[in-house]
Amino acid sequence: MSRLGFGFLLLFCLSGAAGADCLTRGTGDLGIIIERAAGSLKVVDTSKHRELFRVTGLGDVSHASAVYSRDGRYAFVFGRDGGLTKVDILCGEIVKRVVQGGNAIGGAISQDGSLIAVSNYKPGGVKIFSATDLSLVADLPATRTAQNEGSKTVGMVDAPDQRFLVSLYDTGEIWIIDMSKPEAPGIQRFEDVGHLPYDALITPDGRYYIAGLFGQDGLAMLDLWHPENGVQPILKNYGRGRQKLPVYKMPHLEGWAMAGDRAFLPAVGQHEVLVVRRGDWKELGRIPVHGQPVFVMARPDGRQIWVNFAFPHNDTIQVIDTETLELIKTLNPGKGALHMEFTPRGEEIWISIRDRDEVQVYDTRTLELTHRLPVDKPSGIFFSARAHHIGL
Amino acid sequence: MTRNYPPMLVLVLLVTTMSLPVFGDLIPSRQDELTYLLRHDCGSCHGMWLDGGLGPPLKPENLRHWSVEQLAVTILYGRPGTPMPPWRPFLSPQEAHWLAKSLKQGIGP
Repeated sequence: MSRLGFGFLLLFCLSGAAGADCLTRGTGDLGIIIERAAGSLKVVDTSKHRELFRVTGLGDVSHASAVYSRDGRYAFVFGRDGGLTKVDILCGEIVKRVVQGGNAIGGAISQDGSLIAVSNYKPGGVKIFSATDLSLVADLPATRTAQNEGSKTVGMVDAPDQRFLVSLYDTGEIWIIDMSKPEAPGIQRFEDVGHLPYDALITPDGRYYIAGLFGQDGLAMLDLWHPENGVQPILKNYGRGRQKLPVYKMPHLEGWAMAGDRAFLPAVGQHEVLVVRRGDWKELGRIPVHGQPVFVMARPDGRQIWVNFAFPHNDTIQVIDTETLELIKTLNPGKGALHMEFTPRGEEIWISIRDRDEVQVYDTRTLELTHRLPVDKPSGIFFSARAHHIGL
Repeated sequence: MTRNYPPMLVLVLLVTTMSLPVFGDLIPSRQDELTYLLRHDCGSCHGMWLDGGLGPPLKPENLRHWSVEQLAVTILYGRPGTPMPPWRPFLSPQEAHWLAKSLKQGIGP
């Protein structure tokens, strides 16, 4: 009996030692918050509104984004300096880090979770890595520009059938990258899609890929059910004949809002949110807002739209009712309201307030502030529920 | 590295900036505000460490071919045809000049 007791004690000690500070729990209510200046992130528990770990040594994460492994345990963080870091959120530690390019903007995880694709500003192009050990699987150089540099690539997303989509900023292209045979990537190129595609999104059903164009009016749309139809311009009359206002921060399209059969997206150079019908992509209306929208995000049930804004209006958040298209609330959370993330079922939204070094949590039913967490210069917030959504 | 400004515009702007009174140094608190703006707002396109992003890098070695005056004009009036907006509504010519000079000299991390 005493031997058995000793055995248990030994086992307990060993497992304690082996597990270090790793947690034994699910990850479905966890997330990460990027600390953009410190090169670190915080792992947070969204049920208890508290920090679990702080992970340092991520390099330049001043414009970082992240995707999750399908088991929800690992976050893959895409840094500005070309760093790709795999973080174990149950242990609060870096599993592996590679510097894969000179200057990166974002990435995606494949449908089956086995591949990580990164889009690069410098040297341009796309690199694809094994999600297991971050070893290089494919290197896809971008089309060269007139200055003989590789085009910057933007708007990288995953798509059904083990594909990735990406836009080429300088050369105005959209690529479908087929990774169903990782040893022989297939690239389908669509050229002349429009001038300066600066970001893109895929609809949550994985059917439509839409790139925003900085250099001209309208957007470029590709229907992945019918790629033979090519890339089509949509909303091309938008903004015509109107003076564009200066844009002090480029809007983001990822996480744009679909509510029912309507999509809500940031106008470029106008202080408006556009409302368009999914499918024929006709404009249904415009909602005047406080500034140049950056993120336009729908609560998961599609009942509300939350909008943040570019400098000098980035101290404000506005909430729109998707049925009446009316503003229902204007919040002033503080300067540098950079990023928003809903909890998976949308009862809360977490908002990074850079200049206050905090993340604020709002109840989306009452629209009241409920919690604050100290975070050093917070930017992107990424919850693990993204693991199970196309395009996130 | 002269960019596609209409020559008259460049001339007019250069004369405007250069004919401003001799620039004194900005007060330290305003210098701090401008450095913060540079890191976090200019940085959203040019990178927080000015290594570039959607916009070009702004390290001294990248700016060798630009004069302080040219940079100040670019900051104030933007670069039409690119995403670079005019910062004139938020910055005085003196402040743009200070930023341009700081960029040319290299601004510490």
